[in-house]
Amino acid sequence: MAACHAERRPLRSAMLSVHGLTKRYGGPRPRTVFTDVDLELEAGDYVAVMGESGIGKSTLLNLVAGLDRADSGSIKLGDIELTTLDDDALTLLRRTQMGFVFQAFHILPYLDVGQNVALPLSLLGIADDDAVRRVAATLAAVGLAERAASPPRELSGGELQRVAIARALVHGPRLVLADEPTGNLDPETASQVLRVLREQVKANGAAGILVTHSRVAAETCDRTLLLTPHGLRERAPG
Amino acid sequence: MNSEMAAVRVILAGAFAQNRTRSILSVLAIALGVALGYAVQLITQSAQNELALGVRTLSGDADLQVRGPRSGFDESLYPELARLPEVAVASPVVEVDAKLADREDVLKIVGIDAFRAAEIQPGLIAEAGDRLDLFRPDLLFLSPAAAHWLDLAAGGALSFQVALRDVTLTVAGLAPAGEQQRFAVMDIAGAQSNFDRLGMITRVDLRLKPGVDLAAFRDRLQQRLPAGIAVERPEASLAASASVSRSYRVNLNVLALVALFTGGLLVFSTQALAVVRRRAQFALLRVLGVTRRRLVASLLAEGALIGAAGGVLGLGAGYVLAEAAVRLIGPDLGSGYFRGVAPTLVPAPLALVLCFGLGVAAAVLGSVVPAFEAARASPAQALKAGDEERAFARLRPIWSGAAAIAAGAIASFLPPVAGLPLFGYLAIALLLIGTLMLMPRIAAAVLAVIPSPRDAASRLALLQLRGAPGQAAVSLAAIVASMSLMISMAIMVTSFRDALDLWLERILPADVYVRAAAAGDTSYMTPVDQARIAALPGVRRAEFVREQQLLLDPSRPRVVLLARDIDPNDPGRRLALVGAPSTPPAGTPPPAWVNEAMVDLYGFTAGKVVELPIAGKPSAFTVAGVWRDYARPQGAVVIERERYVALSGDRTATNGALWLAPGTDLDQVSRAIAREVPGGGKLDVAAPGEVRDFSLKIFDRTFAVTYALELAAVVIGLLGLSSSFGALVLARRREFGVLRHIGMTRRQVGAMLASEGLAVSGIGLVVGLGLGSAISLILIHVVNRQSFHWGMGVSVPWATLAAAALVVLALSTLTAWASGRKAMSDDVVRAVKDDW
Repeated sequence: MAACHAERRPLRSAMLSVHGLTKRYGGPRPRTVFTDVDLELEAGDYVAVMGESGIGKSTLLNLVAGLDRADSGSIKLGDIELTTLDDDALTLLRRTQMGFVFQAFHILPYLDVGQNVALPLSLLGIADDDAVRRVAATLAAVGLAERAASPPRELSGGELQRVAIARALVHGPRLVLADEPTGNLDPETASQVLRVLREQVKANGAAGILVTHSRVAAETCDRTLLLTPHGLRERAPG
Repeated sequence: MNSEMAAVRVILAGAFAQNRTRSILSVLAIALGVALGYAVQLITQSAQNELALGVRTLSGDADLQVRGPRSGFDESLYPELARLPEVAVASPVVEVDAKLADREDVLKIVGIDAFRAAEIQPGLIAEAGDRLDLFRPDLLFLSPAAAHWLDLAAGGALSFQVALRDVTLTVAGLAPAGEQQRFAVMDIAGAQSNFDRLGMITRVDLRLKPGVDLAAFRDRLQQRLPAGIAVERPEASLAASASVSRSYRVNLNVLALVALFTGGLLVFSTQALAVVRRRAQFALLRVLGVTRRRLVASLLAEGALIGAAGGVLGLGAGYVLAEAAVRLIGPDLGSGYFRGVAPTLVPAPLALVLCFGLGVAAAVLGSVVPAFEAARASPAQALKAGDEERAFARLRPIWSGAAAIAAGAIASFLPPVAGLPLFGYLAIALLLIGTLMLMPRIAAAVLAVIPSPRDAASRLALLQLRGAPGQAAVSLAAIVASMSLMISMAIMVTSFRDALDLWLERILPADVYVRAAAAGDTSYMTPVDQARIAALPGVRRAEFVREQQLLLDPSRPRVVLLARDIDPNDPGRRLALVGAPSTPPAGTPPPAWVNEAMVDLYGFTAGKVVELPIAGKPSAFTVAGVWRDYARPQGAVVIERERYVALSGDRTATNGALWLAPGTDLDQVSRAIAREVPGGGKLDVAAPGEVRDFSLKIFDRTFAVTYALELAAVVIGLLGLSSSFGALVLARRREFGVLRHIGMTRRQVGAMLASEGLAVSGIGLVVGLGLGSAISLILIHVVNRQSFHWGMGVSVPWATLAAAALVVLALSTLTAWASGRKAMSDDVVRAVKDDW
């Protein structure tokens, strides 16, 4: 429940600011997922969120991404209050300010690697020349410079996840959200992917939230937060 | 094995539940095809059965029938036949289609010798209170169907038009036979005297003595018969009457099959896309130990189940449809082939089994490729996401598609089989199948040259289609098939209608046309009537035509002989000649001009010397030209009227054409005819415009059923597209989830899908237009020519095609957009978590 950011960066304005977030599910078996979640991130912050299965880690990520609605509380990205935005505005915010990495890669099979990475640029209407340059640079950064023209089916799991990371970062988002990005990978590949993810988040000056079950994965982050039904708290090292 | 089956069943049942709407659509598409096929079959078969029953009723248990021209032959032949030692009984018959005086209908009059008929056609002999009634010339006996139709009972009076006068006969009672067939029986002498057939008979039915070799006797007798008279088994006349409508019936059946074929394609699209979507599930089954064979069998069983459900539904709907069609349009379905027949629809077991079987076969065939593809896929590969397009890679055979198209092109040049354009139909099927096989290639080639749009949604749509041309091609299958068939039919019908219109304009040069009666063979104009008409004030010129029907081949319907005033040096003024006419050289027989059907059916080519049986004598003519004729597919010959009169002594006329003096109009002539010609009020008097309008109305009525069947194929095609899009969208939920995550708005996803719909249907339309044009050429130059012997040019209904294209484009774009909307209503967060 501790507002773990407060004493650490009191003088800087937060890039992501979450306050008193509560989420409940209705239906025949209503339940409260969590209450009073607070979180503040600055540019360059890279935090892991851990917790038991079903505790609401992915839900928290979705709320931050504007893909789900909170029952109460506030989510601010810079000066923008997400909870007051409509669906289209949230979508545009995601397009410009966020990047996603999923557990299941979700690389579109009918596009080649370069086209997959270029998707966010295409949505932003960035000119082809510029887009090609940025895609090449991002792919080079994740170690896939030679694979731009390859179809996704020719790539290994680790490579696919690096493509996903490139896609999440190519448009320079302020916030990168990764949900169990190494859940489908072997430990060695997972460690490579996690290294690339951290490097790229930091290199882009973005903030990152990594939702994971893995202590090893969490250890690649600056700090680890534990999600409980009553909020986030700093997880003790070890 | 049982547990294996149980596992498969659980997965398939789950898949059906997931895919319920599309499965129901497949069932409905098959049902529609089966319903149309069964209804067409039921109606035409029932009408045929009634015709057969009619022939059997009228010919009784005769072994052979001697038949000749429709107007009959000399009755002196009868005693010669009766005296032959092989003949046990000979029954002479006068059969006329008598025009009813007060309505535009005819009633078949069967004049019999009651003593002879009692031994061969007992069903025609009524139980008269007074046996002498059977011989009274002014009495007739109605069949029960005719009595019901005319609402007449014993004692009632019935008037007929003979020449231009009325003849009234009294109903003496009912004939025992003819519950469904409309006819009247009377004494042969009465029929001859009342209907101007003195000294003539139209048929002699023969029963042979026991032990006589029928075939040998028939051959011997044929040698002795005068020209134009033939001896055949009674079934031959049935076959001849059936052959008149055979091409029409076959064409209707083929159209119904087309609807079923399109339904089969819909099943194919649905199954192919469902199989791709369930690829990982099947891979799991294979990993769990289900054999390839079991998987294939289960998927084919799934197809068979869809077919069986569609079949059962279709048979029921087909029966209801047939009932409604007979009640609303008539048993001839507007074609005029079965006029006067009032069939009772009796479900024929063979047709039932056939239509049901075809429904199941279409659905199973639609499932074959997807089933084998599912079984062939490597489980390890299939379990990986992104493997879907690999499933379609095998749907891209190039050689088999090209070979099918080449074979189709060759088949289009082959001659008819038993008078039917079977190779023409085969050519159409091969072109269609070949093109569908090439669709993934065609789609890929077209998509590759479409410039990349600037808008992100449209650009992504194009990239998606380029990356997955196989899926696009599967969606296209049903729409290409139905569009090409619709386009080809539209071009064919327009070409035919334009050609008919042009032809009517050409063959109707006079100001006024006069006809003795619209139907039947008892009305005509005497030489005195003709002279009076020609002498009417305001009539500048009059030409008359005598129409007869000659028997050239007993296995075919009679040929029409038109004896008309015609200038042999300039026949093109009266006939729509195909090619240049030729004047017979001196010393060769006089000229005759034949229609295109005579060339196809009897080989009467220009320059050939042919024999026509006129008044029982063979007369030689030289074919001096071939003319286009859209009215007489059984064949027609024009000869000079004066020559006909010289050969037959018959100066009567059935039709006349009048050229009027300036200032005279149709009304004046009509009134003058009614005033000056006794019985002239009975004549049909019409301006060429009315004749033209009437003919085009008949044309449109004939093609009304064709339009309906065509529309059904298009509806099934659109259902196919909608179903395919639905399946594709469902399969792409994860993709939409990802796109929504990375910032694509709902509207953009909708626009992307609408763009895909537009592109796919646009390709379908372009390919459909090309294929449809090719098929229309086969329909015009092969199917029509071989079925009906009609030659014609090509007219393209651009406006109609453009309108249809716009409607289809709009509907398919809307369909795609609506499918997307439905997909967008799902939870995008859940979509990216979906395992399957």
